Amino acid sequence: MNKVDLAVSSQLKSELPDFGPGDTVQVHAKVVEGDKERIQVFEGVVIKRKGKGIDATFTVRKISEGVGVERIFPLHSPRIAEVKRLRAGKVRRAKLYYLRGLRGKASRIEEKR
Amino acid sequence: MSGLIGKKIGMTRLFDETGQKAVVTIIEAGPCFVTDVKTKDKNGYDAVQLGFENKREKVTTSPLKGHFKRAKVEPLRVLKEFDFSNSENPLKLGDKLTVDMFTEGEIVDISGTTKGKGFAGTIKRHGFSLGPKSHGQSDRHRAPGSIGQSSYPSRVIKGIKMSGRMGGKKMTVKNLKVIKVDTENNYLMVKGAIPGHLKNYVIITRHNF
Repeated sequence: MNKVDLAVSSQLKSELPDFGPGDTVQVHAKVVEGDKERIQVFEGVVIKRKGKGIDATFTVRKISEGVGVERIFPLHSPRIAEVKRLRAGKVRRAKLYYLRGLRGKASRIEEKR
Repeated sequence: MSGLIGKKIGMTRLFDETGQKAVVTIIEAGPCFVTDVKTKDKNGYDAVQLGFENKREKVTTSPLKGHFKRAKVEPLRVLKEFDFSNSENPLKLGDKLTVDMFTEGEIVDISGTTKGKGFAGTIKRHGFSLGPKSHGQSDRHRAPGSIGQSSYPSRVIKGIKMSGRMGGKKMTVKNLKVIKVDTENNYLMVKGAIPGHLKNYVIITRHNF
């Protein structure tokens, strides 16, 4: 382990949820409103996993009221309470950018069995 | 000006208590040892000489070997004087100072030698504007422009900003916030950038002293 990795190692989450591109996930993100904190759920398809160590992120895409919405979450962020995998998808790419051009039936992903 | 000697390790990002990411520089700070104590009676001024990072006995010159032997410490690579006159406990020869002298949230100043840029033009060195890129301009893109008047004074005034060696000089960055103190690995993490390349020796001093 190099010295920079060692310095940030205390902030890395020890147990990471197991999910990858193509999976449908529910991200429970902590949101601070005024002095209150609540959990906001963002549900969609993981279209990419990126980076390593403390800089690792993942992108979740969903269609909200007919508009495509993508949110990038830092994997080790203390603001992410939980990532639940609802469905494992069978895909042949690591980055599912092609989903951006598809909608409806065409953008379905086959389930992994 | 109590402080420590350290070494730049690298830069990364850390989450703060609100979950926001902060860009931090990691410094391996200390442990430093007191190698000499200078007093007003003997030396004309008060100072404490600190040493940082062990080096081999073989590469240490004989006069320095004696110097370290007097303080009962291993040979050290970097020696620097600090003013510890405001500290409550006077330091003695051979005392060990570690990174726990800093607290999280404290403001520090960091000095070091900047990266050498070689012979740099006025645009990089002094932030001059670029010349026009087109409209008949051929060799004026990065030219410095006028450097003075004509027959009077018939010379260039001293101190005009021109091209030359840039970087490789001592520089101090003030008001850096300590984000984290890792006493286990002797790491000090401060918000923002500090001068110099990796493995550069830096001097960390308290800002409010």
